[in-house]
Amino acid sequence: MLLEIKDLHARVEGREILRGLSLQINAGEVHAIMGPNGSGKSTLAQVLAGRETYDVTGEVLYQGKNLLALSPEARAVAGVFLAFQYPVEIPGVGNLYFLRTALNAVRKQRGLEELDAMDFLGLAKEKMKLVEMDPSFMSRSVNEGFSGGEKKRNEIFQMAVLEPKLAILDETDSGLDIDALRVVASGVNALRSKGRAMLVITHYQRLLEYIVPDRVHVMANGRIVSSGDKGLALELEKHGYAEFEQHNPAPGAAS
Amino acid sequence: MSGTANAFFEGLSRFDVKRNGHLIGGLKGLRRSAFQWVAERGFPTARDEAWKYTRLGPILEVPFELAEPTVSRRLSAGTIAELAGDLGGARLVMVNGYFAKELSSLKTLPKGAQVMSLAAALAEEEEQLAPLLSRPFREQPHAFTALSAALAEDGALVRIPANTTIEEPIHLVFISDTGASPLVSHPRCLVLAGPGSRATIVESYLGIPGDVYLNNAVTDIVLEEGAVVEHYKLQNETETAFHIALLDVRQGRGSRFSSHSLALGASTARHEVRVRLEAEGAEVTLNGLYMPRGEQHLDNPTTIEHAAPHCTSREFYKGVIDGHGRGSFDGRIIVRPGAFKTDASQTNKNLLLSGSAQVDTRPRLEIFADDVKCTHGAAVGQLDAEAVFYLRSRGLPHGAARDLLSYAFVNEMLRLVRVEALRSRVEKMVAWRLGGVEVAA
Ligand SMILES: Nc1ncnc2c1ncn2[C@@H]1O[C@H](COP(=O)(O)OP(=O)(O)O)[C@@H](O)[C@H]1O
Ligand SMILES: [Mg+2]
Repeated sequence: MLLEIKDLHARVEGREILRGLSLQINAGEVHAIMGPNGSGKSTLAQVLAGRETYDVTGEVLYQGKNLLALSPEARAVAGVFLAFQYPVEIPGVGNLYFLRTALNAVRKQRGLEELDAMDFLGLAKEKMKLVEMDPSFMSRSVNEGFSGGEKKRNEIFQMAVLEPKLAILDETDSGLDIDALRVVASGVNALRSKGRAMLVITHYQRLLEYIVPDRVHVMANGRIVSSGDKGLALELEKHGYAEFEQHNPAPGAAS
Repeated sequence: MSGTANAFFEGLSRFDVKRNGHLIGGLKGLRRSAFQWVAERGFPTARDEAWKYTRLGPILEVPFELAEPTVSRRLSAGTIAELAGDLGGARLVMVNGYFAKELSSLKTLPKGAQVMSLAAALAEEEEQLAPLLSRPFREQPHAFTALSAALAEDGALVRIPANTTIEEPIHLVFISDTGASPLVSHPRCLVLAGPGSRATIVESYLGIPGDVYLNNAVTDIVLEEGAVVEHYKLQNETETAFHIALLDVRQGRGSRFSSHSLALGASTARHEVRVRLEAEGAEVTLNGLYMPRGEQHLDNPTTIEHAAPHCTSREFYKGVIDGHGRGSFDGRIIVRPGAFKTDASQTNKNLLLSGSAQVDTRPRLEIFADDVKCTHGAAVGQLDAEAVFYLRSRGLPHGAARDLLSYAFVNEMLRLVRVEALRSRVEKMVAWRLGGVEVAA
């Protein structure tokens, strides 16, 4: 098993956002998490990537080891990648330079040789094609002035370069028009492989027509409340989340 | 003003009489009265608005000796090129404030242009230069302009005739090599840009690690109608040194001036810039970067005086403060009566990298005219936690993520340096200070 989450809790500012979440993912599988806004999907993604804002309890085993004990950078080195729902703009840091620095930091910590600028450029050009990204984005500052769709492409491009074992895609579909969605999804599909697992977080069923998951989980109020195959996504599309939320109210919510 | 009962002034008092014996005419009188002024009025204190942030205490405790012309045994033209860089144009080197011919390389200049030692120029035309040299002291006297007026003997004179362009940057290198005893130098520069002329001037200040000295530097730049001058100042004094400087600029009709201050070195440094926009349509841009760390204090007082209508000023200063460092930006903008259609803007942004870092930022707008546009903004912040996390989530170690973001903050300033050879030098210096960030391609 690649990832095993057991009874995960996350609190911030006295509020419990993840409330006993459990989930298991095998290598090679694609799992989708669907849930209404505010159900804690991004919090789960951030906690898995190592965001220190949250008070976290419970257990997360990644390749059998305690993931929660690792720094964010150590998680990246170990192969965890998060495609952010809101990629951060970093004025003054060139996109390509940033990614080369990241890749080399990862390679170095994995005991691999660092890539020089020329070799990296070759690699980047190849990976950019996956998401049909315009090479002009490479010389711009990280995400600065990128449209929503461009930011999402950039996330998948970074994923392609860093070649993670566990990729968490947080609402990679939001803000994309249908053409961009197709491009991004085919980029993601090209990265599916036996050794790589993906956790695809989305609000809408639409993305799952393009990235077909092995398992679908419904999240409500900080927990996984239902799991099934891809048919579950279609059901959700018809009936909405209301039923799941009613049966799993947030603490203190009027019923 | 505090008194003169300090080691610094007592040390100097031994020198003043014997020093100006060879000088003639106007300057002799000026030197006496300027020195007398200090004896009577003393030094600024924290109660003086304009000196509020400057830490003078440690300077006044040092019994500096007065620098004299010397032939440095430690320096050669080769070491200078290495220490100060080769910017491709004429290079005038001053050692402890005195012109060092053997270290300088003077290129062929356009007809009528002069880049020379100030002492040599004074020997020829003292009467003509005297009023220019005394101006900063006469108009805004304080102890350091007074001491400069009293004691400065050498430095640089740059004169660009009307409608003449000097393409290559003129590099004025001020290197201190003091050896055993602490020295005070008074380098003095005069840049006279004739009507329609163009030039780029770079001042570099540096020293030898471990040396204790004070540079009390005054530079005047006068732009006549339509002149365009780009000025850079790299203050990279050794961290046991002190640096007190004034850049005094006067601009004629339609002239354009820009100055970029890069303050990295010295234990205490103050780089004051004063610009007077004297005739219609003059434009000034002042950019500054200061990066105190350890126990460094780096101060940046600026005054822009809009004395004529339709002038434009742009100010952009950034500070990165680490350790117990302290920085300040004091931005005074004066709009005189009648200076209508003034367009002034000022921005100061600061990044605090440690819990004990400190910065003072103060806009001071004094507007005495109608129909003017003056904007100002100041910010003090820390690194963006979201951005740090984003970089770490991609595998950058925490320290590297911080360094890269700090570099990015600074890089916005460095990109404004248009002299490429200078920019790449400064990029390396800054990157090295920020934990060895590789310079972004
Ligand atoms: N750092 C934080 N500080 C305060 N509240 C937070 C923080 N992160 C998330 N929350 C809150 O937790 C809830 C779940 O947020 P989130 O995980 O972003 O949900 P989702 O991604 O499912 O829309 C929301 O109510 C949100 O406001
Ligand atoms: Mg979310």
